[in-house]
Amino acid sequence: MLSKRVIACLDVRDGQVVKGIQFEGLRHAGDPAELAARYNREGIDEVVILDITATLEKRRTMAATVSAVARQIFIPLTVGGGIRSEEDAAAAVEAGADKVSINTAALQNPSLLTLLADRYGSQAVIVAIDAKRDGRGFGVFSHSGTRETGRDAVEWAREATDRGAGEILLTSIDRDGTRQGFHCEMTAAVSDAVPIPVIASGGAGGIDDFVKVFTEGHADAALAASIFHYAESSVRRLKATLRDNGIPVRL
Amino acid sequence: MSLTIGLIDYGAGNLTSVRKALAALDAEVLVPHTPQELADVAALVVPGVGNFKATAAITDEWREAIFAAIGTGRPLLGICLGLQWLFEGSTEAPECSGLGLMNGRCDRLPSHLNGANGTPQLLKIPHVGWNTLHFPRLATLFTGIDEGAQVYFTHSYAAPVTEDAAAVTTYGVPFASAVERGQVFGVQFHPEKSGDVGLKVLKNFLESI
Repeated sequence: MLSKRVIACLDVRDGQVVKGIQFEGLRHAGDPAELAARYNREGIDEVVILDITATLEKRRTMAATVSAVARQIFIPLTVGGGIRSEEDAAAAVEAGADKVSINTAALQNPSLLTLLADRYGSQAVIVAIDAKRDGRGFGVFSHSGTRETGRDAVEWAREATDRGAGEILLTSIDRDGTRQGFHCEMTAAVSDAVPIPVIASGGAGGIDDFVKVFTEGHADAALAASIFHYAESSVRRLKATLRDNGIPVRL
Repeated sequence: MSLTIGLIDYGAGNLTSVRKALAALDAEVLVPHTPQELADVAALVVPGVGNFKATAAITDEWREAIFAAIGTGRPLLGICLGLQWLFEGSTEAPECSGLGLMNGRCDRLPSHLNGANGTPQLLKIPHVGWNTLHFPRLATLFTGIDEGAQVYFTHSYAAPVTEDAAAVTTYGVPFASAVERGQVFGVQFHPEKSGDVGLKVLKNFLESI
């Protein structure tokens, strides 16, 4: 049976892992390669490196950090943050990324998804969607959650799928950094609307939140950062609990 | 003594991860520019992701060199699309023929199946993530690997379960997650992305040389 995936996100700035509260106010949490190796030993299923300030400061994803992490682990590695062109994606892939995650650039130029899917295959293209409750639906924001786009998350997820994205990384801006749990309603709305896997992100506070997002949220994978960084919830213990709740995992 | 592995680059996806994993196991990796260079390698790896039609880039000249290498007993490992290419063909690109070393054709995974209570259950395609291996028989690739071990997949098409199957995985339907016939091996999953289990599969392949 296909396992539900638990993914660790390394939010990186200047070569160091940081974690923001609702995208602001950062504190240090360690060396990316060191953390990735630890998660790999603990049984994490994938690692995502996100250059969280890249879009705002117009910086390119740090090839050196990606390369250092890629040397440590032999599990899927995704790189996101500031990938705006085919060249940016190529630099990430050459540094050792298996998948690239595209957010703002895909909203501005959706054909970039098709271009990258043709070159690397859809399995290498993740569309990252940052969305916020908006009436009865969910509105999409760009530029690290700072700009309203006027687009609906479900509608954009469908279009991105049609254009070649192979997975969706869906972050709830309302929940990100709050530890109040994943946004199960939003995750289920998107996951039920598209034929490709959806990775839920934003709001993980404890083990129960993962159980909920895999059951009520219909998520294929769930991503978290800070709850792993500070060793508050080890990956192994999390997965054992998921298994005890009848959720298939890799242990 | 390190062994030189010929890694076939036909433009289907990037080779970085496969190269890195083989290097971590102390293998020398050569990406040949001409079919003639295959004469000097100890074994061949055919990686690849994406559409089956990408295999059309492997011209007759390359096919002959690959057949010649296999003919002299040198092992070949097809990964992902590389496994599918070992079969006769695929419904994904019916106009392209595979190597035909394994009997049967590859087909698209089902997008839904009937659930336990008769209601159709949607299956997400591609099949992405970690899934379990079951072994119908003893196989060189899986020496020292436990039944039920999990490996990383990402694909929409799959090979049929035949007498060549060395591992079987189920996603909607059972499919051949690995094949073995003599010195010809194939894995549908990505050993270079499957943690310790994947590295062990690659190590077993290198030890078959």
